[in-house]
Amino acid sequence: MSATDLVIDVTGVTKRFGDKTVVNAIDLSVRRGEIYGFLGPNGSGKTTFIRMLCGLLTPDAGTGTCLGYDVLTQQAEIKCQVGYMTQRFSYYEDLSIRENLDFIARIYAVPDRAAAVERSLVRLGLQNRSRQLAGQLSGGWKQRLALAACLIHSPKLLLLDEPTAGVDPKARREFWDEIHQLAADGLTVLITTHYMDEAERCHRLAYLAYGNLLTRGTLAEVLAAAKLSTWTVTGPALLELAAALRGRPGVEQVVAFGNTLHVSGRDAAKLEAAIAACRDPRHEWTRARSSLEDVFISLMDGAKDNFA
Amino acid sequence: MVLKEFIQMKRDRVTFAMMVGIPLLQLMMFGFAINSDPRHLPTALRCADQGPFARTFIQAMRTSDYFVIVRETAAEAETQRLLQLGDVQFVINIPVDFSHQLLRGERPTVLIEADATDPAATGPALAAVNALAGSVFNHDLPGPLARLQGKAGPVDFEIHAQYNPENITQYNVVPGLMGVVLTMTMVIITALAITRERERGTMENLLATPVRPFEVIVGKILPYIAVGYIQVTLILVAARFVFNVPMVGSLLLLYVVALLFIGANLAVGITFSTLAKNQLQAVQMAFFFFLPSILLSGFMFPFRGMPDWAQAVGSCLPNTHFLRIVRGILLKGNGLAEITPELWPLLLFLAVAMTIGVKRYRQTLD
Repeated sequence: MSATDLVIDVTGVTKRFGDKTVVNAIDLSVRRGEIYGFLGPNGSGKTTFIRMLCGLLTPDAGTGTCLGYDVLTQQAEIKCQVGYMTQRFSYYEDLSIRENLDFIARIYAVPDRAAAVERSLVRLGLQNRSRQLAGQLSGGWKQRLALAACLIHSPKLLLLDEPTAGVDPKARREFWDEIHQLAADGLTVLITTHYMDEAERCHRLAYLAYGNLLTRGTLAEVLAAAKLSTWTVTGPALLELAAALRGRPGVEQVVAFGNTLHVSGRDAAKLEAAIAACRDPRHEWTRARSSLEDVFISLMDGAKDNFA
Repeated sequence: MVLKEFIQMKRDRVTFAMMVGIPLLQLMMFGFAINSDPRHLPTALRCADQGPFARTFIQAMRTSDYFVIVRETAAEAETQRLLQLGDVQFVINIPVDFSHQLLRGERPTVLIEADATDPAATGPALAAVNALAGSVFNHDLPGPLARLQGKAGPVDFEIHAQYNPENITQYNVVPGLMGVVLTMTMVIITALAITRERERGTMENLLATPVRPFEVIVGKILPYIAVGYIQVTLILVAARFVFNVPMVGSLLLLYVVALLFIGANLAVGITFSTLAKNQLQAVQMAFFFFLPSILLSGFMFPFRGMPDWAQAVGSCLPNTHFLRIVRGILLKGNGLAEITPELWPLLLFLAVAMTIGVKRYRQTLD
């Protein structure tokens, strides 16, 4: 893998607001054509990190490149080749769809602007509604417009900050299909999300909590690295069982999923000992694969401990 | 609900400061700065008579509160120029045989030329000069000459209210309105311009694009220059056809100068826009700027009637200079040479406001 294949390659990126460290010495490398998922609880520094990548914020420490340009000094060059979709809809509600696209195309000095806007409208499927004001669009359509707008200048890197928040499942699925298509065409995508099903659609993942990068890698790597053992149990009186399990050494999470209980912990031996103590012939215990959510909640609990 | 409003008010420091600041500002201006009976008006003297009565008369003028003789000259061309530039408010012309005529009881005529563009500034002083003449010579006219005392006054005054002979207030107010209207609309519009982008969340997107601060600011300013010109035209049309304001000077020159003034106001607005956190704050800042622009600029009250500090504040405001330029061009027919002294403060203001605006505009969200 040559260095030019790394679209994002940063080390030690740090951002402080006052005395609060929001992003703490993060290293990240993202390859060309990769969909990189950025996960973490609210306020974990995901948005701040993305803003530093696209030149909206200046890192307090750290070095690295984005698209081969220095993130500290060549922000102007980076901006020309990055498509950034903000968390909040940030196009002009009092401009029509076409006017919004045209404005963005002008700002980026897109060659053959009229054709680019037209292509973008066709891909959106909005040719007939191009005169509609952006403010009148529903959440799902606003999101599609935003995506179209940040693709209009054919960027090489797409930074998407919670693009699917508040969007219905079907629209979300279509959105992800499009992202995969774009990545297959060579676009690199860094995307933040709270949805675990979306996280599983990323090529690689990173998990951020309180400004620290807790884990990263492919889905399988993340799951393996967590070394989390999980058991599921079905049967009667699960509520009482859950109460009995909680607080026992080795038991870290007891979560009810409908009629089953997921019990997990990082120390497999201790967990099994705890389960043995609560065994009841009416219950059926099975060893299960830990879900991404189990892993992340476990990571988050661990991170909290570090901070306390 | 009431509690919530108070808590929010407390959080918005700028709004809170403005709530206290604006009444204080108004108190200062209305209470101390404004004076509808302006005194100490600069006066030029053209005295062709060396006799004792002329000296007495001049002495009396000097001791009155209304006139300050700033220039004595014999050249009529110079006095005219001083009036035109607005350097003096009055020119007092004492004729050659003033003393002789007075002694002979011939009631000599003293010609007072006044810059009457602002009737409010000249009125009280002219009233005072009439009162002055009735009594000033009493002391100097003893014995047999006492017959000249009292009566209708031993001296005749001929008053030439130049530039506005009928003392029509509209001639002064309507051209002045141009500056006031432009200040109000231009500053508010641009003060909202960037704040609105920030409030609606479109700023983040704009910052993520390669657009430069200078381009954003120029892009925000240019459309409103057109708006400003529409306003200028509207006011000129109304001035001409509704109020019959004379238009002696070059309208082209006026339009060119208006560009500077519009630019200066837009730059102020942009600067406010970069300072304000929300649209309410932006409007309040604009108001804060607007108040002195009306009250201390010489629009509502004679500039020379204000105390020195208020004149100093007024001199920093672009409207003060623009008012003089507009009145000068329209009423006096001033050309580029006459308005230059008012032009450079406008230019300076524009440069400073623009620099602050561009410097304050942040390209990042830091």
